[in-house]
Amino acid sequence: MVLIYDKEKCTGCMLCPKVCNFGAITKDGNKVRFDFDKCVLCGSCQEVCPVNAIKIERKAVDKDKIAQYKDVWVVCETAEGRVRSVAYELVTKARVLADNLREKVVAVLIGSDTSSYAESLIQQGADKVLVVDDKAFADYTTDAYTIAVTSLIAPRKPAIVLFGATGNGRDLAPRVAARLGLGLTADCTGLEIDDKRQLVQIRPAFGGNIMAEILCPYTRPQMSTVRPNVFKPRERDVSRKGTIEKVEVKINPVQIRTRVVNRVKELAEGMKPIDTADVIVCSGRGIKDPANLTLPTELAKLLDAAVGGSRPVVDAGWLPPSQQVGQSGRTVCPKLYFALGISGAIQHRIGMSSSDVIVAVNKDPEAPIFEIADFGIVGDLFEVVPAVIEELKNLQSER
Amino acid sequence: MDTSGCTFMKVIVPVKQVPEVAEVRINPETGTLIREGVPSILNPFDEYAVEAAIQLKEKLGGEVTVVTMGPPQAKEVLLKALAMGADKAILLTDRAFAGADTWATARTLSEQIKKMEYDLVICGKQAIDGDTAQVGPEIAELLGIPQVCYVRHLEVEEDGKFVVVHRGTDEGYEVVRVKLPALLTATKGLNEPRLPNIMGIMKAKKKPLEEVTVTTLGISPDSIGLKGSPTTVRKVFAPERRKGGIKIEGTDPKAAAKKLVEFLASKGAI
Repeated sequence: MVLIYDKEKCTGCMLCPKVCNFGAITKDGNKVRFDFDKCVLCGSCQEVCPVNAIKIERKAVDKDKIAQYKDVWVVCETAEGRVRSVAYELVTKARVLADNLREKVVAVLIGSDTSSYAESLIQQGADKVLVVDDKAFADYTTDAYTIAVTSLIAPRKPAIVLFGATGNGRDLAPRVAARLGLGLTADCTGLEIDDKRQLVQIRPAFGGNIMAEILCPYTRPQMSTVRPNVFKPRERDVSRKGTIEKVEVKINPVQIRTRVVNRVKELAEGMKPIDTADVIVCSGRGIKDPANLTLPTELAKLLDAAVGGSRPVVDAGWLPPSQQVGQSGRTVCPKLYFALGISGAIQHRIGMSSSDVIVAVNKDPEAPIFEIADFGIVGDLFEVVPAVIEELKNLQSER
Repeated sequence: MDTSGCTFMKVIVPVKQVPEVAEVRINPETGTLIREGVPSILNPFDEYAVEAAIQLKEKLGGEVTVVTMGPPQAKEVLLKALAMGADKAILLTDRAFAGADTWATARTLSEQIKKMEYDLVICGKQAIDGDTAQVGPEIAELLGIPQVCYVRHLEVEEDGKFVVVHRGTDEGYEVVRVKLPALLTATKGLNEPRLPNIMGIMKAKKKPLEEVTVTTLGISPDSIGLKGSPTTVRKVFAPERRKGGIKIEGTDPKAAAKKLVEFLASKGAI
């Protein structure tokens, strides 16, 4: 990996010294000078240069150099000042991988006023937490978070970096991968270490019709986004000790090129997003009328579940697009999935067939959803669901 | 670049030809994909991108170029986009491009795009075969332009220098303003892609369709395709097929509900 600086092209705009987090660029007359002892090749200067005078050439890591890359990192997503549950799932999995490699788990916690969560990540299994706490990271932006993650990775050389395969995780990880010239495997559902100490990344493709095992043999770190809800977080050990390192990452406003003007919540009060829900109550065409959604909503409340919809329900505008399960919506894998009045076309099954337990209620005994349901009831959902609600209430009052 | 008071928008839409995945199966004996008889289509999320680009052109004036990387038969999806109303098409086709992972794909496409003028690059959110959603952001990074993913709504500001988009989130959407040039990834809800009509299909055959090889692209074959891909597929296998379990039919709802709750409790699901 080398940085090539084209002095001829450089106009001396002095943007690059402003954005360098490592103090490696200084003014030199009307040009700049690079200090290669300080430069970590994070790529921030290349990104900001308006005339392409800076170029970083990345080559595959030599076999002997691969051994320099150590530890399993988890980039922990925060939202509204809290760490998202997927981060704890990934730290749990990272612990298993790191134990296998006899290396450390490092959690990366980027946010604003979120550093108080560092302890919880150690209790979950991290040996070290890298904390970047600054107002610039209060809300997710691709540009600020990419700079932070790349400038943490580049000098520290982790072997593995895991991201949650959430909306933001899948926006950030490819940007980081492209900046550092690394391989990235999307939406993994399995992770293992092979006998060559490589990360084996297992993921579905072709709508879940096939599974693929993917390796990153020549580059480090190996990077994956991992689907939420696949790995269960283990119980926290409150006596666990680890180190917390605060890292400053400076962000220049010119580096953030998108501006969030407004945030609109389409979910009604108390409704949960389907992405990370443990239980989803999903309705299809059989629900017939938007007013009838009170029924699945009541069931969802009892189970602390998210309310989802199949394509026709969302297309009709009865539920917001964020709640659509299926190929044109989202892929989910909750612990428990209710398919109410959903026939189970392949496009729907692609989005939910990896759920732990599937319950289906449908009038049509031939509905394909029954082929994959662990428990199917042939019947009218307007009779069955109220009875299920009744039974659940009985059970809960007994407990 | 104002022409008669209009904002002239140059839009590039990278597209992919994908198999209709609902029909893809794996051969349980050989562990390979059975592709025979599976129709190839324009990736559905790319249709939103093509439609958005055409709508911008119709509203503001401009030019829409579709680009794909693939085997010679990938020309079909370019013809479809041209029939919908795109103006020009570029087919990146060469054996050296084959076997590319997302990084090598993004690198190849971005090398082509760098040679062109553009205000916007619009991709589909993800391709339905790989489902990675990585190529869009990787192209944006390699071009050095900002990105906004999962775009559900798109407006160009009057001066044609900024766009305001709705970016889908877990709970709704964000209204994001970004300066051009930028890359957007389109998702469902952005528009209703049009079906090409007969006139469109006829015209498509006469529109410029350029073929580009690794030589004309001018990059080293070592940096792209299978050779240039940092990730490799070690193995593909069929997932365990899910089987149906208990199915209750003709029981009264109360009894069925009771059995279901007992079942869920026994599974530890509630």
